[in-house]
Parts: sequence; structure tokens; C-alpha cells
Amino acid sequence: MAKSYKIEVDCANCANKMEIAANKIDGIKSAAVNFMALKMNVEFEDGVDSKAVMAEVLKACRRIEPDCEIYF
Amino acid sequence: MTRKQKKWLFRIILAIILLMVVNLIPADGIVKGFIYLVPYLVIGHDILKKAFGGVIHGQIFDENFLMAIATVGAFIIAATRTGDYNEAVAVMLFYQIGEFFQSYAIGKSRRNITQLMDIRPDYANIEVEGEVVQTDPEEVQAGTVITVFPGEKIPIDGIVLEGESSLDTVALTGESVPTNVSAGDNIISGCINMTGFLKIKTTKEFGESTVSKILDMVENASSRKSKSEAFISKFARVYTPIVCVSALLLGAVPPLVRLLFLGLSPDFSDWIYRALTFLVISCPCALVISIPLSFFAGIGGASNSGILIKGSNYFEGLEKANTIVFDKTGTLTKGVFEVTELFAENGDNNELLEIAALAESSSKHPIALSICKKYGKKTDISKVKNIHEVSGNGITCEIDGVSVAVGNSKLMSSIGVISQEPSAIGTVVHVACGGKYLGYILISDTVKKTSAQAVNTLKKIGVTKTVMLTGDRASVAESVSENMGIDEIYSELLPDEKVEIVENLLKDRKGSLIFVGDGINDAPVLSRADVGIAMGAMGSDAAIESADVVLMDDEPLKVAKAIKISRKVIRIVYQNIVFAIGIKVLCLVLGALGYADMWLAIFADVGIMILAVLNAVRCLFVKKI
Repeated sequence: MAKSYKIEVDCANCANKMEIAANKIDGIKSAAVNFMALKMNVEFEDGVDSKAVMAEVLKACRRIEPDCEIYF
Repeated sequence: MTRKQKKWLFRIILAIILLMVVNLIPADGIVKGFIYLVPYLVIGHDILKKAFGGVIHGQIFDENFLMAIATVGAFIIAATRTGDYNEAVAVMLFYQIGEFFQSYAIGKSRRNITQLMDIRPDYANIEVEGEVVQTDPEEVQAGTVITVFPGEKIPIDGIVLEGESSLDTVALTGESVPTNVSAGDNIISGCINMTGFLKIKTTKEFGESTVSKILDMVENASSRKSKSEAFISKFARVYTPIVCVSALLLGAVPPLVRLLFLGLSPDFSDWIYRALTFLVISCPCALVISIPLSFFAGIGGASNSGILIKGSNYFEGLEKANTIVFDKTGTLTKGVFEVTELFAENGDNNELLEIAALAESSSKHPIALSICKKYGKKTDISKVKNIHEVSGNGITCEIDGVSVAVGNSKLMSSIGVISQEPSAIGTVVHVACGGKYLGYILISDTVKKTSAQAVNTLKKIGVTKTVMLTGDRASVAESVSENMGIDEIYSELLPDEKVEIVENLLKDRKGSLIFVGDGINDAPVLSRADVGIAMGAMGSDAAIESADVVLMDDEPLKVAKAIKISRKVIRIVYQNIVFAIGIKVLCLVLGALGYADMWLAIFADVGIMILAVLNAVRCLFVKKI
């Protein structure tokens, strides 16, 4: 299952860091952040609850970039 | 400006005013330090917080950390030695101004680029109980009748039921000559209805429509990262720790050496100041931001010219292009086939055409379509059984229980039928019925006006080898390529032979190999080439899926243009890499030697970033390339 989320982040480097952080979360097969389009494209593992996983992703991203936002 | 940016700007202005005010307050020593803390914290509290948070979460070496250390260090130097706190506050202030400008500039160029690609319709008009209601295009089901008024965007792909109009397709194709449509015509979303009122029956849902597919593609384009982008993110990851360690060494080693081995005074504050300057210079922002911005602007600019590039990695492939392989049909020729001759050896022309039309009725191949078009009447498909497509050769089937073969001479000889070869140029479709030769149908295609010019332009911009592949007969291939200047021609190929030839060419290539096809029947070759370009893709799903680059109109000249755009983008990317790293290294050396102060350091960080961003935005301007 793949989904695309709108995100908010200020710098490209932070977007990079968000991508790395998101990829480490359980339930995520792969995540790619597009800084220019302000989008995060996520492919989930089969049978996971995307909302719960995204909450984890947001938590991990906030840890490295406190004022980032993911709309899910 | 977003609310966040407004708040940011307010903080910057407030900090400037506060800084001026505190300069007027007469104070000394520790009190002075506390007074200067006010503007410092107003402007820098978020950076300090982020730096602190970073340290706690094990993300030590980022730019927040660099700035926090540099400014806190400058504060300590001021407190212990110089008593001038302005520098510490100013460094933080300028860093924030730079960051603010960066955020603003990127937001602005992001808006510019997205505006350029603004083909997303906001609403679709549907009729509910005789009244026109605006609804979300995503809620419109396939098969719904929608109305489009002059000046509105076509929201969803469909067929025109009523009305006549001119369509502005410039946002899709870059072509400024309007297209005329009337009842019965297919219409694709993203065009603007210019003159007339149209009633359209949608054939797809919004998510499957051309406009969604294109937007999807462009938005996801930068997830396919180019080598230079990958290089930059790797570079940033190792660069910051290296700089931090170097700064630490710069601040500690020389004074210790002076103290312990040379017997000189250690000059701690001087060396720490150099180390801090070093830290400020070293922020990798200019690179990290300008490279993806260049590619994004390039994708935006190219799509504005009707060239969709699916990922920034393909810029690199296009830039190095030196072998271009064209498919013939639909690429160098118009791909619009017309039956130009009917020759019945046995029986009459009508029977010949009817049998061929029946056999081809289920095929979507352009040749099949042209035969059915010539036949003109509705075919009774229930009469046709056991349809079998012999790839690249034709079709065999049974009509009313009699075996029929329709295809090229290879197919005829495989079933033991002797066929005639016409002298006229074109694609020949032989028809055999019940093991007996009936005759042939001659179908011709016309060469595009700009094909020769396209090949010529490619040669001029340094492409060393052009190749044409076709499943057609050698005589047709030769007549098409006449006066075109193509280096190598391969004809009478089956789809898998095309793959084979491309693979052989791939072995000998020096730069990269680009395959240009129409996306029909050549998907395997499109994906095998370094860069696959699909042409005439208006509405063709297969092409949009399998190609790396999609040309929205049938224009072969755009191949050269795509290469030129890629060269410009890659050139700008390299300029930025060399420029940013070069100036940084120069300033780092000056800083280490003690020739650079904080002010130069701020320029090296913020100034270069701004210049690099402005340079990157140039990638957007490729219309007249």
C-alpha cells in the first residue's frame, strides 16, 4: 500500500533527515520525501494500520525537526 | 508569505531594534552580557532549542548545533576578553535573516513552478435536476455528463457529446496553436476550453485522467534521485562531523602546541574565535538546497514546454546522450495509417476488406484500426473465433469456421500461402482465407515534417549515432529515412529483435542510449534503454507508465530540446557544486589562518546560499532553449 502525504518543513536538509527517520519506522517499506513538492510518499508493509504508523513517523520526525508537520 | 514566515520576520525586526537599543544602554561587565542576552534569545532561542534537542536525540552535528556553538562561543569570548557582544548577536541575526530569505525564496520558486504546472482543475460542472452544480472532480464517476464553459479547464478525460470549441493545450504540450474539437472527439483533461460551450461524457475517473497522471508524475519526479543529489546528501552527512572535529582541533591544538612546546602564550580566545568562524562558514545549506531546487525547477520548466521528465536522474542520462534510437511508426512518421490500395487476386475488393476488418476488429494496432476505418461498417465480432495474434506478423483466426490469416509475407509463408509483393511503398497486409491467397491491402503512413530537422539538430548538438528500428519492410524503411541522415536502419524486426538490437547498441555506447518510441508495442525497449522517451502520449496510458520521459505532442524536435534542457540543468548543478564548495573551502582556509572574521563567515554561509538559489532558479527558464 502506498500513500502520499502533505508535509511542512523549512529546509532541504531537514527533509532529508525526515526521510531517513521515516525509513527506520516499523511498518514502513520505504519512504521518500520530496522537499520541493512538500510531499512524503510512503509505502507501507502489508497489513499495517497506516494512521498508527504515520503517528510514529511524525513522532520520529519531530524529534529531529521540532517544527515539521505531516498531514495524515 | 505564510504565517510562520510573518512571525519569523517580526522576530528578526524586533531583534534588530532590541540590538540597537541595548547598544545605547551604558553598562559594563556581567550586566552588559545579560542585557545583550535579550536580543540574542529573541532571535536565537529556537536554534538553541533545536541544537539542544539534537544533542539529546543523538543528532549532534547539524547546522543548528554549529550556530549554537559558534554564537555561545562568541558570547563567552566577549564576556572574558573583548566586551563586544554585538558580534555574537549579529551572527545569529544574520543566520536567521539568511534562513528567512531561503525559506521565502524557496516558497516563492515553489509557487512559481507549481503555477507553471497549474493544470489541476478545481471543480467539474455536473447537471443536477436541470441546474449546473460545481462539484469536486474526484467525486465524478466515469460516464457522467459534465459541462464545460468557455474559459474553464477540462477537468476529466471524456468524449464530446455536444458543442464545438477550440482548446488551449499549451499547459500540456507547450504548443500554442489551439486544437479544435467537436461532437464525437476524445478530449483530455488539463486543456482549457476557449471558445464554445461543451458537453462531455467522462470516460475515466479523475484519478485515472491525464491531468492526475501528469501531476502525479511531476510531483513524484524528484523521488528518483540523481547521482548528484545522492552525492550531496552523502556529502552533507560526512561533511558536518568532519567540520566540527576540525574546528575543535583548530581551537585546541595550536594553542596547546604554543603553550607546551613553543613556550608562547596560548592565545586561547584568538584560536577559539578562528574555530568559531570556521564553524559558521561551514554550513552545507547552499549545496543541500540548491541542487534539488535546480532539478525541480528543471522539471517544472521542461513540463511547461510539453516535456515531462519523470525523475532528476534522467537529466543525467539525457545530458550524456550520444546514441539515439528511433522507432519508425508514430515517432518519425505520423503513425496515422490509411489504406491506399486494395488488390484482390481472388474474389473482389469488398470481400477482401471485409475479411481483413473482421480479423482485425479486436486489435488496437494502428494498422488494424486503419483497416476497420476503411471498412467503415460495424463488424460482427461473434462470427470471429480463435483469434491468435502472431506478434509482429499478424493475426490468425476463424471466421464462420473458415481459417483466416491476415498479416505480412512471413505469416503467409508460414501457412504455406504464396503472396504477391506490390511495387508501391507502404505496409502490406496480406489476406488468406481457407488456405487460399485472397490479395493484399496496402497501408501507408506519412513522414512527419520535422523528422529530418530533428535528426539534423541532434547531430548538431553532438549526438554521434542515430538509429531507426522498424517492423516494416526494408523498402518502406528506406523511403522513410530518405534525406533524413539516419546512420543505421534496421527493418523487418519483431519486438524481441528490437530489444536485441538495443542491447547490442547498449554494449557499444560511449555516452547514454536514448530510445524514442510511441509507447505502443515498444514498452520493453523503452525500459531497456538508458532513457526511454515516449511520444505523442496525449492520453496513452501505456506510454506514461513505461517511459522515463514523455513528450506531450508528436514533435520529434523535442528530443533535442529535452537534451538541451538537461544540459542546462546539469550545468547549473555543477556550477553550484563547484562554486559553493570552492568558496567554502577558500573561506575555511582563510578562517583557519585567521584572515576571516565572523562577517566574512556569514557571507560565506548565507550569501553563497542565496546566490546558489538564484542560480538554481535559472533552470526554470528553458522555453526558448
